[in-house]
Amino acid sequence: MRRVLPEALLAAVLTAVLAVPIFGLRIHVDGIDVSLDRTPTPVIVAVVVVFLLRLFQEPLRAGWARARLSITWQHPLADALRRTRRQPGYRALPWTLLLIAAVVWPFTASRGAVDIMTLALIYVMLGLGLNIVVGFAGLLVLGYAAFYAVGAYAYALLAQHFGLSFWLSLPIAGALAALTGFLLGLPVLRLRGDYLAIVTLGFGEITRLLLNNLNVLTGGPDGIGNIPRPTLFGLEFGRRASEGGATFHEFFGIDYSGEHAVIFLYLLGLALVVSILFVIDRLQRMPLGRAWEALREDEIACRSLGLNPTVIKLSALTLSAVFAGLAGAFFAARQGYINPESFTFIESAMVLAIVVLGGMGSQFGIMLAAIAITALPELAREFNEYRMLAFGLVMVLMMIWRPQGLVPAVRPRLELPERSEPAP
Amino acid sequence: MLKLDNVHTFYGQIEALKGVSLEVHPGEIVTLIGANGAGKSTLLMTICGSPRATKGSVFFEGQDITHKPTHVIMQCGLAQVPEGRRIFPGLTVRENLQMGGFFADKARLETDLERVFTLFPRLKERRDQRGGTLSGGEQQMLAIGRGLMSRPNLLLLDEPSLGLAPIIIAQIFQILKEIREEGVTIFLVEQNAHRALQLADRGYVLENGRIVLADTGANLLANDEVRKAYLGG
Repeated sequence: MRRVLPEALLAAVLTAVLAVPIFGLRIHVDGIDVSLDRTPTPVIVAVVVVFLLRLFQEPLRAGWARARLSITWQHPLADALRRTRRQPGYRALPWTLLLIAAVVWPFTASRGAVDIMTLALIYVMLGLGLNIVVGFAGLLVLGYAAFYAVGAYAYALLAQHFGLSFWLSLPIAGALAALTGFLLGLPVLRLRGDYLAIVTLGFGEITRLLLNNLNVLTGGPDGIGNIPRPTLFGLEFGRRASEGGATFHEFFGIDYSGEHAVIFLYLLGLALVVSILFVIDRLQRMPLGRAWEALREDEIACRSLGLNPTVIKLSALTLSAVFAGLAGAFFAARQGYINPESFTFIESAMVLAIVVLGGMGSQFGIMLAAIAITALPELAREFNEYRMLAFGLVMVLMMIWRPQGLVPAVRPRLELPERSEPAP
Repeated sequence: MLKLDNVHTFYGQIEALKGVSLEVHPGEIVTLIGANGAGKSTLLMTICGSPRATKGSVFFEGQDITHKPTHVIMQCGLAQVPEGRRIFPGLTVRENLQMGGFFADKARLETDLERVFTLFPRLKERRDQRGGTLSGGEQQMLAIGRGLMSRPNLLLLDEPSLGLAPIIIAQIFQILKEIREEGVTIFLVEQNAHRALQLADRGYVLENGRIVLADTGANLLANDEVRKAYLGG
């Protein structure tokens, strides 16, 4: 106690110093009079909380550790769960249920909620894509928004100038983003760690500035508007069909509702996410996926086995760019309008945060984190001012308690059927 | 099979190999001994093309491989077991081995796995365990097994006895003998001169980037200078 008390007092004083200017003073404007209000209550609360937490840090930690231990090892429920998971039939069950829930959900939810979830799905795609380079191959790429922008602008420009439909543009957007990733990777992947991060950061900014200043092609800061919405086998979701087109509600003989378009976009996003998940899952089981992980763990060993590190890194970056391109095209289709402001560094940082928060290499964790990061701020709009504060706090807490992410990565593995002979 | 002709290698300004020539014949176990910093590891790495020899040439099975990129060299029948084992700690034993057979015919993979498991029964017991959870000796076995997965004609080993208990070292050297009997030529770099020379048909002594002695293993073991410098009198 003698050792802890001064420490706790010091922490409380520091909190007071930090909290007084932020929480303790408020500018009060009354006509032309400006005065400073003192609001001591939040400061006192903060100081007391910090003081107590600091004082009882040791017992709290011990209690936490004990609680965790009993849950993970001794709980019969955990045991039962573990046993069911082993059975092959049950492994796919949670995923199937989740998918069914995700498909049914938009028909019951409000229009706004569905729209926000569609946005979350875009971030899921981006997170899954970035996870390939950051989580699997271990390359820190900070300019991921550039590939996203390439995809979005590819669709917008193709639709504007050549009248290409969303479905035709989607693979082209993916291919163009892949090409960008490939061309960037050729010179850049010789760099390692921090240097790679810096160069890709620069690349992201260059792309944004180009989009901003190439007025002739991209419309500059004004962006591109009137991007056509995706259609369902040629059926449009507007109130009236364009020339020679047909609308969804007329074709099926139902009343027009704005919700159809929103739900369709959501389901389209979901389909994209599911197919991306499927592709990544396959890749992970292929030798290429294993090579990414091996490269992350030991580059020299990989070289000694005859692998060419540049080619493997290049494949990771190119594939990951494809998914960003697809997400970008979908984003452009959803917004109907894009400008360079949507592809700033913050966007790259958000996606990276999703990957780190979810657990590098863990697909499920990334989905959770993407939904949390996009959906929660929308739900709690009143606390908008504190968004970045909360974001920072969450990141710090995560690094302390769960540096491996919300749902740590579990590597896919094949288990041999148990033999009748006794285990060694 | 392997021939180095007057090879010079530089790290920046520092000349680590000052004209090394040596030869390894098919079916032999050849060892290279020397003190810390003599250039033993540099020599092995130069064979693999990283760092590249600035002067002289390296021949493997009659082919000049001096200027080929590392990944090409490593795919032409040569396998390296790097210093410090360098297994992939996050991958399972089986996956580590599969990485070794990355370029091998997929149909051969299972046979090759079985072959490694026969040589190292311990690895079979632990095939689904992560590489990082193995003991030092098991990791060394895994590194050797991984090297064998590409069915090399020549196996390069960099200090396989590093940091291992004497009983494990004895096991590993026994296995090297078995590997040779299967027809794999072995070039072994060692600090544990006594054991290496006992095993080897021929040996080279490297000092300050130069080969100072070359003889049969038995003769080197009996050599007074070698005894004094490397075998503790």
